[in-house]
Amino acid sequence: MNLQLSADGRLRHLLTLDGLPRAILTQILDNAESFMDVGEREVKKVPLLRGKSIFNLFFEPSTRTRTTFEIAAKRLSADVVNLNIATSSQTKGEAILDTVDNLAAMNADMFVVRHSQSGAAHFIARHVAPHISVVNAGDGRHAHPTQGLLDMFTIRRYKGAFHNLTVAIVGDVLHSRVARSQIHALTTLGVPEVRVIGPKTLLPVGVEQMGVKVFHSMEQGLAGCDVVIMLRLQNERMKGALLPSSQEYFKFFGLTPEKLALAKPDAIVMHPGPMNRGVEIDSEVADGPQSVILPQVTYGIAVRMAVMAMLAGGAAA
Amino acid sequence: MKILIKNGRVIDPMNARDGVADVCVAAGKIVAVGAAPADFHANRVIDAAGLVVCPGLVDLSVRLREPGFEYKATLESEMLAAAAGGVTSLACPPDTEPPLDEPGLVEMLKFRARNLPGPRVYPIGALTQKLDGKLLTEMAELTEAGCRAFTQADAPLTDTQVLLRAMEYAATFGFSLWLRPQDVSLARGGVAHDGAVASRLGLPGIPTLAETVALATILQLARETGARVHLARLSTREGIAMVRAAKAQGVAVSCDVAATHAHLSENDLLGFDSHCHLMPPLRTLRDRDAIREALRDGSIDALCSDHTPVDEDEKQVPFGESAPGASGVELLLPLTLKWAREMGVPLLQAIDLITWKPAQILGVAGGHLSVGSCADICVFDATAEWVVTPRTLASQGANTPFLDHAMQGRVRYTLIDGHLDFEAH
Amino acid sequence: MTASLPDANSLIDALAAAIAPGFDPDTRIVGIHTGGVWVAERLHALLRSPHPIGQLDISFYRDDFSRIGLHPQVKPSNLPFDLEGHAILLVDDVLYTGRTIRAAMNELFDYGRPSSIRLAVLVDRGGHELPIRPDFAGASLHVPAHQNIHLSRLDDGHLTLSIA
Repeated sequence: MNLQLSADGRLRHLLTLDGLPRAILTQILDNAESFMDVGEREVKKVPLLRGKSIFNLFFEPSTRTRTTFEIAAKRLSADVVNLNIATSSQTKGEAILDTVDNLAAMNADMFVVRHSQSGAAHFIARHVAPHISVVNAGDGRHAHPTQGLLDMFTIRRYKGAFHNLTVAIVGDVLHSRVARSQIHALTTLGVPEVRVIGPKTLLPVGVEQMGVKVFHSMEQGLAGCDVVIMLRLQNERMKGALLPSSQEYFKFFGLTPEKLALAKPDAIVMHPGPMNRGVEIDSEVADGPQSVILPQVTYGIAVRMAVMAMLAGGAAA
Repeated sequence: MKILIKNGRVIDPMNARDGVADVCVAAGKIVAVGAAPADFHANRVIDAAGLVVCPGLVDLSVRLREPGFEYKATLESEMLAAAAGGVTSLACPPDTEPPLDEPGLVEMLKFRARNLPGPRVYPIGALTQKLDGKLLTEMAELTEAGCRAFTQADAPLTDTQVLLRAMEYAATFGFSLWLRPQDVSLARGGVAHDGAVASRLGLPGIPTLAETVALATILQLARETGARVHLARLSTREGIAMVRAAKAQGVAVSCDVAATHAHLSENDLLGFDSHCHLMPPLRTLRDRDAIREALRDGSIDALCSDHTPVDEDEKQVPFGESAPGASGVELLLPLTLKWAREMGVPLLQAIDLITWKPAQILGVAGGHLSVGSCADICVFDATAEWVVTPRTLASQGANTPFLDHAMQGRVRYTLIDGHLDFEAH
Repeated sequence: MTASLPDANSLIDALAAAIAPGFDPDTRIVGIHTGGVWVAERLHALLRSPHPIGQLDISFYRDDFSRIGLHPQVKPSNLPFDLEGHAILLVDDVLYTGRTIRAAMNELFDYGRPSSIRLAVLVDRGGHELPIRPDFAGASLHVPAHQNIHLSRLDDGHLTLSIA
């Protein structure tokens, strides 16, 4: 049973990009193109989701992601309610499903869910009534599908196509839901060579089985790349004996202008944010001419609008 | 009470018997297999035509959840579930609250169980006080109170010196230690097998190394001390190979696997079904196939249910937050039959793994149908199909990965000590 | 049935002839995807409008969205001019219930406040459900509710009306 697609192949929930057909991914990107223009109008709003209630259910705090979902929902004219459960009833011991049932009783149409546990969005999607859609806004290390999609949107805007690209994902793939979603999207969209670069402690077991080539050196891994995606390195990785220090990490895996020079001259540099300057990326690169990090944020809104519009429409069917 | 079980296919591995015969039971004993004695007049005749008559099942791991976890399951419900599963003797791990680390607790459990219908309950004592891995329990006292062996269950034992001393002490008295090989540090934080599926799903992994590193230590200590060690719940191909090699070198070890692990693999986690959150984790298909083969060639000595009823609320959470374990005492027989069918293993050999062989590991008299022995008997229909649902399970825990799966093979009668403790309607 | 339908190209000529007398060159011509854009392109040429043509995709404004969902091929709307204070000639191929026109007007107002909007359609097929009438219509036909009039364009740019 495919939880994400309805019997007629429409998007019911967006939980992961793993297993979504290429046609659906392309359709989301195409629709996002149409929504790009809405942000530039005098009235930055379309009435598509008027009267719909969208709940941002954040069991793990994140201002950035929550804000982009909120803006996207508002541009679609939906009513948006933000719930930071990390600081409310969950701490009083209320079970997730009780929270979800309560909000459903308030006639919710869509849940945007972030949770520290992998599979949390699946868990909620399996539980909710058929008219409610669930968007995974990041679950544990598992998936962050809208981030993966906006990254694909960015690549398509700058590179035009996917079939002739070499893309490198650099850093803490092990703990990264973003990397997993990117890998599934890139392979589904036909990128012939997807590379992951990092020390062995930060690459998951059997990652090759997701269709990527593994590199442990930036010099080899970046050579000939069209797209370089840097991942955020969290400070707590230094505690679990995964890395000795952020300085040593930067020396070997941080993106500096010298290392970027190994990629193709027109390579673009991406980062899902928030960045740790001087840990995984040098400021000169982050703010340099090859960086498309800020456009990524802009595109994120259009992509999330496209996803929410398709879900609201798919759930109606 | 005299019971005649007529015309059944009697399968008794210990006596190498497989054929249609009558079984006569009187005063709690088996008085005849084959022709009934001339003066035998049954009060009750069970027509077992088309059914299999075998020794009652001996399950090496059934959590009864008492004392301390009555909200998950009660002694009454789980004893009944075990009888419904054809189990007539069970070993109960000490991970209760408080743990079974004092003779009084063991006697209380045995007393409570004795007054309920259902299987014989053999407590396994805690190896360390409060299962905290530091101080040894009074093993001799606990043995007198009825403990058959000693274990940490799933509680960690991080201090190798404690493990060495536990083995030396146990070897002094000839007690046996049941150990689940899992290195605590290597398994830390993990909820799934550290492989391609966990990587894909972003679930923290428990590597194969967690089992093999622990096994290396246990086997080396067992070799040195001569302690009798039973390795509980093997899960990896590499681990099985190590045990096979140790046995070949004459180390006194036996081992078991959970029936779930003979069928499922990491692939079953792909929908994040928390019912597949088991300990040890479901491993690769390669590991599962190694388990199935090792059961066939005898490298693995027994199958058990590792019955772990869990409160529904503890499974109704995201995978990583869910309580590990599956309810399974009623599935031990059908899962064993399924393995045998799929592997082309004769019933005589398959039933050995859940009767006579585990009885030897547990060191109890049952597990066979010899004349003069206690009448612990299971009568089952090997072809009856049924679907696993909360309603078709007697256990209070409906937490099984096989929910809504069709099973073949269902118990019709369970006799314990000559009493008909379970009869299917 | 096709034989009984008027020729689309002659209808556009007639439509242009009807619009031309009072046509203010400051007017912006806006076509509704997809057929309306084809008609608008022809009118744009025939009326010799000096301004670029606008295109509306009203998918984001449809009132039946919650029943039928997002159209699988949404095209971006493109209004390459400021419509604030200007006259708009809104062009569609077939006027039926009027809901498309309502959605198009809603969308136009999200870009600014035009001084006026006039509606030109190739065919007014009746069956209106809203108080919306064309200012100019190439033809008025009565088509039963179970049938649809469809405008299609051949590779050579030739437009054809058909009924199904």
